[in-house]
Amino acid sequence: MLCMICKENPAKVHLTQIVGDKMQKVDLCEECAKKKGVNDPSAGFALADLLLGLGASQEIAQSSGGEDIKCPNCGFTGADFKKAGRLGCSQCYQTFADSLEGLLKTMHKGTKHVGKVPIALRHSRDLSERLKHLQKKLEKAVTAEDFEQAASLRDEIKAAKDQIEHLAPKLTP
Amino acid sequence: MTIHEFLSPPSETARRSGPHDRIVLSSRVRLARNLRGLAFPGWAKKPERLRALEIIRPAVESLPQLQGAFSETMDNLGPLDKQILVERHLISCEHMAKGVGSGLVLNKEESLCVMINEEDHLRMQALRPGLQLRQAWLAIDQVDSELERKLDYAFGPDLGYLTACPTNLGTGIRVSAMLHLPGLVLAEQINQIIASVNKLGLAVRGLYGEGTEALGNVFQVSNQMTLGEVETDIVERLNKVLLQIIEHEENSRAKLLETKPKFVFNQTGRAYGILANAHSITSKETMNLLSMLRLGVDLGEFPGADRALIDELFIMTQPGHLQKQFTEKLPADERDIIRADMLRERLRHVGRSNPKAPSSGGPALDKRN
Repeated sequence: MLCMICKENPAKVHLTQIVGDKMQKVDLCEECAKKKGVNDPSAGFALADLLLGLGASQEIAQSSGGEDIKCPNCGFTGADFKKAGRLGCSQCYQTFADSLEGLLKTMHKGTKHVGKVPIALRHSRDLSERLKHLQKKLEKAVTAEDFEQAASLRDEIKAAKDQIEHLAPKLTP
Repeated sequence: MTIHEFLSPPSETARRSGPHDRIVLSSRVRLARNLRGLAFPGWAKKPERLRALEIIRPAVESLPQLQGAFSETMDNLGPLDKQILVERHLISCEHMAKGVGSGLVLNKEESLCVMINEEDHLRMQALRPGLQLRQAWLAIDQVDSELERKLDYAFGPDLGYLTACPTNLGTGIRVSAMLHLPGLVLAEQINQIIASVNKLGLAVRGLYGEGTEALGNVFQVSNQMTLGEVETDIVERLNKVLLQIIEHEENSRAKLLETKPKFVFNQTGRAYGILANAHSITSKETMNLLSMLRLGVDLGEFPGADRALIDELFIMTQPGHLQKQFTEKLPADERDIIRADMLRERLRHVGRSNPKAPSSGGPALDKRN
């Protein structure tokens, strides 16, 4: 059996960890184990990092054609991700969305962000909800042939749209 | 002003105190942020890294919390400067290796530290002595809220803050505390604790974070997962676990004293003996023995020594800090001699181990003395 990291030397260190309902096995040669701090008896804890790191590349390798995908913004490829375990730019998250999905599931508590949101976005999120609500009201008003209300709704919708545009990122690096 | 003039002397750093600082050395909350559209630092070419630095650095410097801060690019800091910053836990080992295109902004109190172009464009952290995770979170949340008005963060509605490594995705938060756990180590319970903490989705690491050894019985506990949970829940969850670890450590110490006092005093007494009398000592041995001495001080065993002295020595005896006191570069074996000289001098007034017998009659073995 060969080491999972260097794929050159015979694996002598074998680790098993159960994360959630998944069992993960890692087989390493002495050198890679040492590099990852696995051989230190007091440091069984680098294991999680190690597994996460390996898991990342495995998932990417398994996803069909992952290696050929290239980010249009930064030129980062699936093969680069496999090598580095890190992405090239924020847009890579869209580029590699399919390959990342499973990975994020095993790595995190959930797959949807529920924490802090930048205030500008929070505003625009509120506004787009308001916009949807107004558009529904407008449809109703039109169906009911209440043209006076429809006209005022149209003004409100325009104002909301302007505000959203105004909130769009001013700083484009 | 150089970083050495800026940093407070170790004697002052060691005197900072906070809740539970007998066991919790420090609390930290770190947030990772990136700029939209720009390649992450690890993938960006030099001009692009410089561009990110030019956008971020003035924005950070302009914050009210960072008035009078130390702000410098990493290429302007020497290797010794960087090592000292790592030994003070102000920058990561990864940031130490950075040069052109990376930067550092540190406030006067050393409670806020922003790394620019580390793994992410922005790594900002709030530090507090003792167990103060909530306070650290509030401080860094405020810094982040002010920065988001000046910077265009990479943020997706579903994935949250987009980070170079998917392990930091979502909140980009790393909540951690450094714990001194000699009792659990001596009682051989530490591996059990680490295993159960791991099961809760929390990581336990060594003294300098990722991939480092647990020197001096100092362990770093932090959250692993960053997506799918609200920041304050992560902070509270870790806080709860830390309080339990503190309790386990206190229990271990009490139980050791009750059942094996000679074993404990043998460890602490020998640590004192070597530290106060050696003529050559490595930094690793020093840290492990200082940990035992700190335990002895906690147990009231050494008249004339306080925890601040031990904590100061913990900083002062590390290679970078030791080297700093001498102008020429010293080889490791000469550093070992100078380290021992300093320890003997500083421990001169610390009285010999004088263990108090356990209050309620100890086991028979111990009644001999």
